[in-house]
Amino acid sequence: MTDQAYNFAYLDEDTKRMIRRAILKGLAVPGYQVPFASREMPMPYGWGTGGVQVTAATLRPDDVLKVLDQGADDTTNAVSIRKFFQRTASVATTESTGGATVIQTRHRIPETPLTEDQILVYQVPIPEPMRFLEPRETETRRIHALADYGLMQVRLYEDIARHGEIATSYAYPVEVAGRYVMDPSPIPKFDNPKMSDCPAIQLFGAGREQRIYAVPPYTQVVSLDFDDHPFVASKAEHECAICGSGDSYLDEVITDDAGGRMFVCSDTDYCARRAEGGAA
Amino acid sequence: MNELSGGFADPAIESAIAFRAILKVTARPGRVETLTGHSGPAPISSAAAAVLLVLVDRTTPLHLAGDHDNPALRQWIAFHCGAPVVAAEEAVFALGSWAALTPLDRFAIGTPEYPDRAATLIVDGHDFDAKPAELRGPGIKGKAKLALPERKAFIANRARFPLGWDTFFCGGDRLAALPRSTEVR
Amino acid sequence: MYVAVKGGERAIDAAHDWLDRARRGPPDQPALDSAQIRDQLSIGTARVMAEGSLYDPDLAALAIKQARGDMIEAIFLIRAYRTTLPRFGASLPVDTAAMQVKRRISATFKDAPGGQILGPTFDYTHRLLDFRLMADGELPADPPALPEAAPDQVPHILSFLNRDGLIEDAPADDAAPPDLTREPLELPADRPLRLQALARGDEGFLLGLAYSTQRGYARNHAFVGELRIGTVAVEMDIPELGFSIDLGEVELTECETVNQFKGSKTEPAQFTRGYGLTFGQTERKAIAMALVDRALRWRELGEDDQGAPAQDQEFVLSHCDNIQATGFLEHIKLPHYVDFQAELELVRRLRAGTADAAKEAAE
Repeated sequence: MTDQAYNFAYLDEDTKRMIRRAILKGLAVPGYQVPFASREMPMPYGWGTGGVQVTAATLRPDDVLKVLDQGADDTTNAVSIRKFFQRTASVATTESTGGATVIQTRHRIPETPLTEDQILVYQVPIPEPMRFLEPRETETRRIHALADYGLMQVRLYEDIARHGEIATSYAYPVEVAGRYVMDPSPIPKFDNPKMSDCPAIQLFGAGREQRIYAVPPYTQVVSLDFDDHPFVASKAEHECAICGSGDSYLDEVITDDAGGRMFVCSDTDYCARRAEGGAA
Repeated sequence: MNELSGGFADPAIESAIAFRAILKVTARPGRVETLTGHSGPAPISSAAAAVLLVLVDRTTPLHLAGDHDNPALRQWIAFHCGAPVVAAEEAVFALGSWAALTPLDRFAIGTPEYPDRAATLIVDGHDFDAKPAELRGPGIKGKAKLALPERKAFIANRARFPLGWDTFFCGGDRLAALPRSTEVR
Repeated sequence: MYVAVKGGERAIDAAHDWLDRARRGPPDQPALDSAQIRDQLSIGTARVMAEGSLYDPDLAALAIKQARGDMIEAIFLIRAYRTTLPRFGASLPVDTAAMQVKRRISATFKDAPGGQILGPTFDYTHRLLDFRLMADGELPADPPALPEAAPDQVPHILSFLNRDGLIEDAPADDAAPPDLTREPLELPADRPLRLQALARGDEGFLLGLAYSTQRGYARNHAFVGELRIGTVAVEMDIPELGFSIDLGEVELTECETVNQFKGSKTEPAQFTRGYGLTFGQTERKAIAMALVDRALRWRELGEDDQGAPAQDQEFVLSHCDNIQATGFLEHIKLPHYVDFQAELELVRRLRAGTADAAKEAAE
């Protein structure tokens, strides 16, 4: 049942047009952060307002929407965002990665490979990959304009000098289509390789920071590294205690107060399907 | 049917559906989608009419080139989009035949700091059956093909990436796109 | 067998039910009427309107009630409502010189045309809890009559200084200001855009910044040239009619500061200005806004960048919005299992590496 007091997918048409134009420019310049006049949404900044605005401007009434947070459909904020679109856009929803046409995500890329018929919308807290090296927007804008990414190389190299490896485990910076360095949102670096040459359209929304960016399908997305310290998509060296998967990203769960712990799939849809199918 | 008809009857739903076609062709250069059910005064195609209805409004100055700059179409645009009609240099969107849109160096290509501030050309009356060019780049698995009015302009446009304009091709109810990131061979 | 925790949806519904009951309080007490909040907590209502950027005392009062008195939550409710409202056009600039003032003071002149009007101020109250309010809250039996309405036109004090060329001129400008709520913030921002951001900025944040300028972090020697609170008419031009119509009136607080002078051998010395304008009776905010506005003007006035926070427009404008700030601050309550797990693995690996290295060194 759509809430009649609001327009389809909540946003007014002027706002959707503005967001749609930003999405298209983002696709035309992969990895470049397009400024957009983010609106105040009825949920707090930092809780997915960018992703929600991108999804709202993208949804068709016949879409099937999946919302996940930390890989799970049942995390509270995923539930809240899914309810928002059920209420304002009357779209069908699903927990199945394969059954969804639009997937909004926070912090994960589903384990099930995406297809050409899908759009993946990422919620982004800090879109600027250089932000923690250079807090000023005026300066980072210049860095991107000149593709002057030496600062990032220096930081990664300092990590190696200090720790013996690049000490970034999530929001690991990538280079898109050979030009822009981009923040992939706080996904674990385990997920980074899934972004490259992906058949689906990948859209990124940062509401508070007023930026939208995009990775078109089949675009090269390279995690920054060095020849002598190549990028490794690491995860916990365990198998899922529920479905037995040895190659999905795992959550660590504390099971007692005596150091007991177990590892289970972060992607609950993937895990449940494997468990049901008797894959374990 | 009068000279102002052909807009969206249910704007939120119809624009959402039309936008997804526009999104698809932009994300996948070479792909051709159909956009039906929209129309405006001649010579605008139904696909170009849909692109205007979805993307153009009071905040996006529009350049009308050649035969597309006529009173009936101006009136239709004023009614449905409200976009100010401007010279090529100030345009966020430009509508016309390929011949009418040239010379292309009049259009904004963005700045190094803001490459998004570049014009979008809506090439109307496009011949989708003309000799196809080979396309490579983001959005394309391997290579794709698309009929183009010429190749030279697009090769030059790609050479200044990330600056450059972006293009939609419209003819009848058919729509394709060539963002500046696409390599044309 | 471990089963992943489910039930997020039921948990949310239960939390919302609990929230409703907590907001209402014990049912044997009368429920708060939002009209009471509007009229008896009017300064709180004014803050919600100012930082919510929407002049509607009834909705601001409702928001305070719904937010259980959490002001930033109330401001958030108003902002989220405001953003859905259609725009019919822009009003003409309000004429604060034509303000019907209820309070008007100057710290720079003992007296001036129009006089000093204290109005309903806390300024000279002794901050002693008034336990009578707890008992019944009624006015004294025989309250003195309210003063006669102030004259219609009270000239701006700074206009007297300007007449003699003693303060920088601030000529009217017909250029349409940018709209922070419709266009992304672009830096560097000009003064109209900065003032717009400050007008909806967090009172506490601006208070702290303004205070820092007084303590020497880009000090600019501010005097309150004039502080006035009152109502002004809001008018809108209707092109179809060929004249403007009166839409109603709003209460505003306006603060003009007289700040340290500039000048050189060739240019005579002149005082400079800071400006604050906010909805409702919000004078702490308006004064703080004027001080921060003045600090941000260092470049156009040819002053030195002292590296003070209040001079740094990117710092101030990026962090003054409490809705942005609270959202991002509080979002760290959301699950971060995935990124935390990635960090956990990394730290374990690094520790293992360090242990190995130590072992090798010992051998």
